[in-house]
Amino acid sequence: MTHLAEPETAVPRWIALWPALMLGLFFLVPFGIMLSVSVAHRVEGGFFEPGFEWASYIRFLTPFFGRVLAVSLGISLAAAAICVVLAFPFTVFLASMSRSVQTRVLVVLLSVLSLSEVIIGFSLSTLLSQTAGIGNLFAAIGLIDAPRAYTPSLFALLTGLCYLGFPFAVLVLYAPVSRLDPEIVEAARVMGASAARAFFGVVVPLQRGALTGAFILVFVFTLGSYLLPQLLGRPGHWTLSVHITDQAIYQANLPFAAAMSVFLMLVALALVGLASLAGRDRGAA
Amino acid sequence: MTRGLKLAYICVLLALLLAPLIVVTGVSLNGAQSLRFPPQDLSLKWYGALFHDREWLVPLMNSLIIASCAAALAVAIAAPLALYAWERGGLVARLLTGLGLAPFALPPVISALGFMIFWMTVGGYGQIWATIVSHGVFLVTLPLVTISLGLKATDRALIEAARVMGADRMTVLRTVIGPLLLPYVVSGYAFAFVLSLNEYIIAYMVAGFTVETLPIKIFNALRYGYTPILGVVSVIFAALAALVFGLIGRFGNLPRLMGAERVRDE
Repeated sequence: MTHLAEPETAVPRWIALWPALMLGLFFLVPFGIMLSVSVAHRVEGGFFEPGFEWASYIRFLTPFFGRVLAVSLGISLAAAAICVVLAFPFTVFLASMSRSVQTRVLVVLLSVLSLSEVIIGFSLSTLLSQTAGIGNLFAAIGLIDAPRAYTPSLFALLTGLCYLGFPFAVLVLYAPVSRLDPEIVEAARVMGASAARAFFGVVVPLQRGALTGAFILVFVFTLGSYLLPQLLGRPGHWTLSVHITDQAIYQANLPFAAAMSVFLMLVALALVGLASLAGRDRGAA
Repeated sequence: MTRGLKLAYICVLLALLLAPLIVVTGVSLNGAQSLRFPPQDLSLKWYGALFHDREWLVPLMNSLIIASCAAALAVAIAAPLALYAWERGGLVARLLTGLGLAPFALPPVISALGFMIFWMTVGGYGQIWATIVSHGVFLVTLPLVTISLGLKATDRALIEAARVMGADRMTVLRTVIGPLLLPYVVSGYAFAFVLSLNEYIIAYMVAGFTVETLPIKIFNALRYGYTPILGVVSVIFAALAALVFGLIGRFGNLPRLMGAERVRDE
């Protein structure tokens, strides 16, 4: 069917004004103000006065910031790697199940994913505590002499971040994995490949882009964790997110908090961009 | 690998995810003010305490008000945006969609600090409506994604048919597109509602010292020691999330909503 005049559309053009106004006013403007605060002059003990100086950015060169950055990146990288390694087979297996099984598993994953970090932190510190935790179980079956606490520690923090990141990793992988044609794997099996060989030789290479993308997204996701480092880790395990809030609220140093925030945003944006590039080359799915 | 082994792997990981929640459920049933697992002298008294103690009731009400209003705002922003992007495409649509997806893709502390400085500058810092607006904008992503999915699944021929029969724009929107989109709007609202209920850092940085939400209250209470009431709140939150997503799973198509294209119906 051809139209001589431009066909009437279902929605008028001005409909975009309202979301544009809201997102501009409440997302772009705050970001702009944050940029300007990051170069403002800090007034000791008070807030800040308008100005233009790089002082807050120059603090990035201090050992303090270097350590914070190394801790944040290291912990998140480890958590993201563990999450993706566990989540990938999980997702592949899940995608081969019936719809009702998939729906039920997705309900559990979404429920866990939506849980507040404070609840996850509380639950895990209870699970790892001395009075109510797995220490009791280990003691009861004779693995250790007396129940002990496993938190706060790096192990507890990593467990928490994996708890947070695992459902997210599955959901990120779910769409590309479920688009994988099951006949490709069947073909490999018919040609005599073992299940493991079909998995590592066919499924993994086909999903390379999706895996890279998921790894980066989980990394950014765990990088944003704010309460877990405080609830499950020691002060040495505080991440960039914790320090940003700490500087903004308790040290009353908004310019430095804003500068760290801008830095974190640039890192995250670059990574998310990389992830969407990686997700694009999805192979012959 | 056999189906049994695959199922076993899935079940083991799900059990690990559920383990902390099971312990917390047990802890919430303690009679005394202590965290014991297995619980001692079973009692439901802490469940009653949550709904009678003003100290917990106020944050609960704050959380519910913020979540219901913020989710409505998120839908109100996302729906016209999704419609516009679906109908027009082009640079403006792509920029706006990117803007709608951005807050959620970035570490939330960035948005939180942005909102905090913004409300300090324009006034509103420490007010409940500032938290509502901040949450609403932050959570636009969720209804935006679900409504866009719904529009993608909409058959344009239906709209064409309605138009040929003489329906004007508003009538098409009201009688064809609206009802088709309703399930996606509802699930978008539900996603945003649950996430707002659980959100900590934005609520904390925008109005944490004056408008206590439930997650903020829990974190503050943790500093003074653990009580079974924390278990109660965790159980209720987990149950609420399971109920909401369970309903979406029951009445909607959760695998499709999560992006699956081929799922066996059995």
